[in-house]
Amino acid sequence: MNLAWKDVRRQKGRFALTAFGLGLLFAIVLAMGGIYRGLVEDATLLVDRMGADLWVVQRDTRGPFAERSIVPADLEDRLRVVPGVAETRRFSSAIIQRNHHSHSLRMNLVGLAWPWDRGEGLPLVEGRTLAQAHLEMIVDRSLGLALGERVHLGNDDYTVVGITKGLLGSGGDGVVCVNEADASAILAYQPSEALRIEREARVSRLAHTELDSPANEERLRGDEGILPALAPPPTNAILVKLIPGARVEAVQRTLAGWVEVTATSTEEQRQFLLQGVVEKSKRQIGLFRALLGVVSGIIVALIVFNMTAAKAHDIALLKLMGAKTGVVVGLILEQSMMLGGLGYAFAFVIAELSFQYWPRRVVVGFPEFAGVAVLVTVITLISSLAGIHRALKIPPTLVLAG
Amino acid sequence: MEPREEVVRADQLNKTYGSGHTAVRALRGASLVAHRGELVALLGPSGSGKSTLLTALGLLNLPEKGRIALAGQDVVVDGIAHGDLPSLRRSRIGFVFQKSNLIPFLTAQENVRVAFKINGQDGVGESRRSQELLDALGVGERSDHYPEQLSGGEQQRVAIARALAMAPPLILADEPTSALDSHRGREVMDLFKRVAHEHGAAIIVVTHDHRTLDLFDTVFEMEDGILSPARSAA
Repeated sequence: MNLAWKDVRRQKGRFALTAFGLGLLFAIVLAMGGIYRGLVEDATLLVDRMGADLWVVQRDTRGPFAERSIVPADLEDRLRVVPGVAETRRFSSAIIQRNHHSHSLRMNLVGLAWPWDRGEGLPLVEGRTLAQAHLEMIVDRSLGLALGERVHLGNDDYTVVGITKGLLGSGGDGVVCVNEADASAILAYQPSEALRIEREARVSRLAHTELDSPANEERLRGDEGILPALAPPPTNAILVKLIPGARVEAVQRTLAGWVEVTATSTEEQRQFLLQGVVEKSKRQIGLFRALLGVVSGIIVALIVFNMTAAKAHDIALLKLMGAKTGVVVGLILEQSMMLGGLGYAFAFVIAELSFQYWPRRVVVGFPEFAGVAVLVTVITLISSLAGIHRALKIPPTLVLAG
Repeated sequence: MEPREEVVRADQLNKTYGSGHTAVRALRGASLVAHRGELVALLGPSGSGKSTLLTALGLLNLPEKGRIALAGQDVVVDGIAHGDLPSLRRSRIGFVFQKSNLIPFLTAQENVRVAFKINGQDGVGESRRSQELLDALGVGERSDHYPEQLSGGEQQRVAIARALAMAPPLILADEPTSALDSHRGREVMDLFKRVAHEHGAAIIVVTHDHRTLDLFDTVFEMEDGILSPARSAA
């Protein structure tokens, strides 16, 4: 006969409600861990998915995710001849926010180096990779767009041809992948009036140079693409894939002599992200978790203490009948563990059922569940001390007091 | 005639609550002896020291002076315990109270079984024995009911069954019929009489009810902490 269970059985509704409240608290503790892991995974997902050995970025910057980096597009061609390099491709990434069907759509725009990279490495769950050079896009499911849906970006309509799951930028925004050229066009898009003003400005600047001639003026009034003197739009980074057997450090040493760029390994990029984007969030979440842990402990302690106080007469009776201290301590401890266990079970169910719908990605797996289980056990054990202390103070003669 | 087996002996118990001008002498040299099968009544007005004497005999509230012996063995001498008092209470003393004091979250049978459990016995045999005790006391068919579902008389019977569970040689009852009507009160006292004789227990009952005194073998009266025999067993 388990006295703790018998007591719980008689007040199961109240006990379950209390445990549910604790479960919500434990679920938040669990979510904090999950949000942190989600932050880390979001922040590093793109870095990992791009499959590069080296990221060549603007000199002395930590771009393209940790900070702004601008490198010339032709750097891609120069890097291709470096010993040990197998392939190179341009990479651009930027946060954009546009109106779509009268609601705001915030996304992380990523340019894929067509035709070498069509999005084969992306976690596609629906549709396909890019199949044509322009006006197709692969979007993350979190953006709420459907296959075949058209989104107006820059001066064009882009069609959703593929949907990914869990592909988010370091800020938690859904990633939209388009051809690199399309990405540049979207980011550099200016309305016609702005273009006309810019062309007039070019012609005006030409008037102050020795190159002023009707032929040059004609060229400057045309598209940027037909201007041989203007470079193609810059990009944020060049991704480098090495030939099998080539050492990353050796290529980095070679590129260290190039004054305009810095070459970082994928692991270094991950660390930049974790130290920059995630570090403060990590500390904030850690502090929040610690506070929640303390709050949970206090709440559990109060609940256990009150449960014990409510049974003071019964505990006194057991003592009067000669019950050993272990019987009384066991009663309190077992009920605390039941409360913590049931609260944890509720937290588990809440996590399984609801975390997928949270605005930010919450990644919980065995380490998070195990961590919170240990935390709940420790909190429950420590908190039950208050109840045990109360129970041991109850005099057996309390029964005689009526 | 064979000498009767002594269950409890109290010699010159003295107990004072408070100190100085506010001191109250609850027991002044109280002495009594109870034997196997004997039903003993403690009479007296409120505040006379009856409950203090009962808690002293129950090893709950030790007197500063005097000696308490169980089965001829000293267990308390001048306020100092000789032995494991909780263990002695578990195995040698049963309690019945003014109110039944059943544990509300246990059924009638579980309330009896709890006496076995705190003695480390919690098996099928104890379950059967609990049911037998309830049957013997006329509440066997109510064994699955919770205290709140039982009448006052039924609750008191369950409490008596619990007190009998470990077959203790001494049962202490503090006004066990005060919450019952006179008919039910008489029934409970009859039950004590039967238990004392059938189980051979010494039962000491604090009571105000003079209508049941005919059932007692020995009657003590208490006034201002002084205990005096009103009627002794032959």
